Amino acid sequence: MELSGAQILVDGLKREGVEYIFGVNGGAAMPIFDALYGETEIKLIPMRHEQGASHAADGYARATGKVGVALATSGPGATNLVTGIATAYMDSIPMVAITGQVFTHYIGSDAFQECDVIGVTRPICKHSYLIKSSDEIADVVAEAFHIAKTGKPGPVIIDIAKDAQNNEALFQYPETVDIRSYKPQVHGEPAQIDKAAALIKEAKRPMIYAGGGVVLANASEELRQLTLNTQIPITVTLMGLGAFPETHPLAMEMPGMHGSCCANYAFTDSDLIIAVGARFDDRVTGDLSKFAPNAKKIHIDIDASCIGKNVPVDVPIVGDAKNVLTELNKQVRTADIDPWRDQIQEWKQKYPFEYEQKSDIVMPQFVIEKIYEHYSDAIVVADVGQHQMWAAQYFKFTEPRQWLNSGGLGTMGFSLPAALGAQLGCPDKTVVNINGDGSYIMTIQELVPAVTMKLPLKIFIINNMYLGMVRQWQELFHGKRYSAVDYHDNPDFALLAQAFGATGLRVEHPEDVEPALQKAKGITDGPVVIDFIVDEEENVFPMVPAGAGLGDVIRGLS
Amino acid sequence: MNPEERHIFSVLVENRFGVLARVAGLFSGRGFNIDSLNVAETHDESISHITLVTHGDAQIIDQIYQHLNRLIDVIEVTDLSTAGTHVERELVLIKVATDDPQKRTEILQVAEVFRGRVIDMKPASLVLEITGDEGKLKAAIDIFNTYGILELARTGKIAMLRGSEK
Ligand SMILES: Cc1ncc(C[n+]2csc(CCOP(=O)(O)OP(=O)(O)O)c2C)c(N)n1
Ligand SMILES: [Mg+2]
Repeated sequence: MELSGAQILVDGLKREGVEYIFGVNGGAAMPIFDALYGETEIKLIPMRHEQGASHAADGYARATGKVGVALATSGPGATNLVTGIATAYMDSIPMVAITGQVFTHYIGSDAFQECDVIGVTRPICKHSYLIKSSDEIADVVAEAFHIAKTGKPGPVIIDIAKDAQNNEALFQYPETVDIRSYKPQVHGEPAQIDKAAALIKEAKRPMIYAGGGVVLANASEELRQLTLNTQIPITVTLMGLGAFPETHPLAMEMPGMHGSCCANYAFTDSDLIIAVGARFDDRVTGDLSKFAPNAKKIHIDIDASCIGKNVPVDVPIVGDAKNVLTELNKQVRTADIDPWRDQIQEWKQKYPFEYEQKSDIVMPQFVIEKIYEHYSDAIVVADVGQHQMWAAQYFKFTEPRQWLNSGGLGTMGFSLPAALGAQLGCPDKTVVNINGDGSYIMTIQELVPAVTMKLPLKIFIINNMYLGMVRQWQELFHGKRYSAVDYHDNPDFALLAQAFGATGLRVEHPEDVEPALQKAKGITDGPVVIDFIVDEEENVFPMVPAGAGLGDVIRGLS
Repeated sequence: MNPEERHIFSVLVENRFGVLARVAGLFSGRGFNIDSLNVAETHDESISHITLVTHGDAQIIDQIYQHLNRLIDVIEVTDLSTAGTHVERELVLIKVATDDPQKRTEILQVAEVFRGRVIDMKPASLVLEITGDEGKLKAAIDIFNTYGILELARTGKIAMLRGSEK
């Protein structure tokens, strides 16, 4: 039967199991929105800004492991999606972004709301398609989903000219996808795995360094096996938190700029680093010339271009983390590493994350500790800044996909729409949004759909009245010249929440933290916003200053 | 700094619009260099062959190889500089001024030396076609420069592995 291109698109999305589409309507996408009208299998979520749509699709994908879908019109609709696409790209999140495009005969003529989306997004997506004819749509949708979720996942863009949406074609959905130029290598070379096992057997001071790739590959179980079988201490990066339970004695907590001293000292002293789905990011390694000078490196990654990019690697293993770890687990043994483990325990005990409690003012770290007490099982979605680091430090994550944040691009405004997407994807979970006063107001408009859908989001603002992370750098490295970071002129977020139709609470005293959290727990018929007014000039420690080595970490209190 | 090396990549890609932009974008976005680039359809019209000459230290060359491979539309990448012995050729079209007949005779003799072919001749100029490797083309261009080159166009290098090496 002949269907319109827009209908073919929607039917294709159904074949891919899409539950939600996050979008904002507009001229060049109207046929698609029309095809979604009254649709029951796929729910269309009208967001208030296209950036919100792409972050919501991203949050849905991070929480569920499925492909998130965002939809926007041409021109400004598409350019508004860009930040969310780049965010997903940097963290390898499976996403399909669909944009309307002007009529084919207008393409290239600077038509009204025309923008070369394919050109704009070329460096920030895994792949992209411009569709000019209805009969291409079914195949492209199948390919796009296949590419988005296999290999190293990432966002794929489908830009569809309006006439291709309108014109009719036969709906024939491909049963399988086979792209001759795209065959991700998922199985590690056995010889390389043997070499890795041999290195592990000889190491005296080995450590596991696991990243977001473990979560993406759903390989947490295999990672736990590796760690428990070998009893090798492990550090999990900001992107991987929860892949290994932070409550376990072998866990050294996150490494890097604001990571634990223990993990950073371990890197510096280690003689073997087993990197899994981690990319030796500069925020983790600090000054490369001082990074892990005594360690051999095993690097397991699905993306060959990631291996050896920053740090020379002794045993590269290209493959899917789940497959490679399964094979490695079959043969891995360790030497006697008791003295090393003792050393790690000593560092752990000596240098925990710590802060100075105050009686008259709410400390941000205290708020996170209290949130953890109440919501240890929740999905936590953080924004970007100091509050993100405190959340990573003081909340103890135990499960993969429990912690969502924009680690790679560091996109302020990510968290509220991402929390909305996560909540839709995981209706039985509690979703906690830990936000900053600066970040929150960047995408605050997405409170509207959250209220409309009565989503029981717990939105906790760590309000220091500053762009705190930038202020911290100004304090430490720019002689306290607080240029453009003072946010005391922000509105009252509790009142504003009420104006949006959500519950809004304001907390200014330490003794009010607990009762407010109690109250928030009881509210299940819509979002609750608690504005925690916290110590304005508290800093995040430990800190490895940019350009310093990990051994030069500033510990803070002690 | 590690020493810089010149490498020739042979890249088979899907013959679709936008593919060249992806390849070129990879270089511009990451600050890699393109010394020469040639693209054309192969005997299989669904596949294009790109010959790309670049330079960089070993780490950069490895990154170029990996990133080319990562592009979805890239079917196969071969680093000809390491994969085995290869042949390479480039074609140049040179338009030389021939204002007096005496000069024209000389130019035709020089063209002979380089096995050049005359493909167009006008009273005041002629167009020569010369094929060869980089050294030969450079020598030819240097000589014709002394007669006055009006216009010059090169294909960029094309290359492939020898005989059974593929
Ligand atoms: C979109 C965007 N703009 C600017 C920045 C730079 N930046 C990083 S952290 C930060 C401050 C965030 O402020 P806030 O949300 O209040 O969090 P805080 O650090 O105070 O906890 C800024 C401006 C960014 N990461 N993203
Ligand atoms: Mg702030």
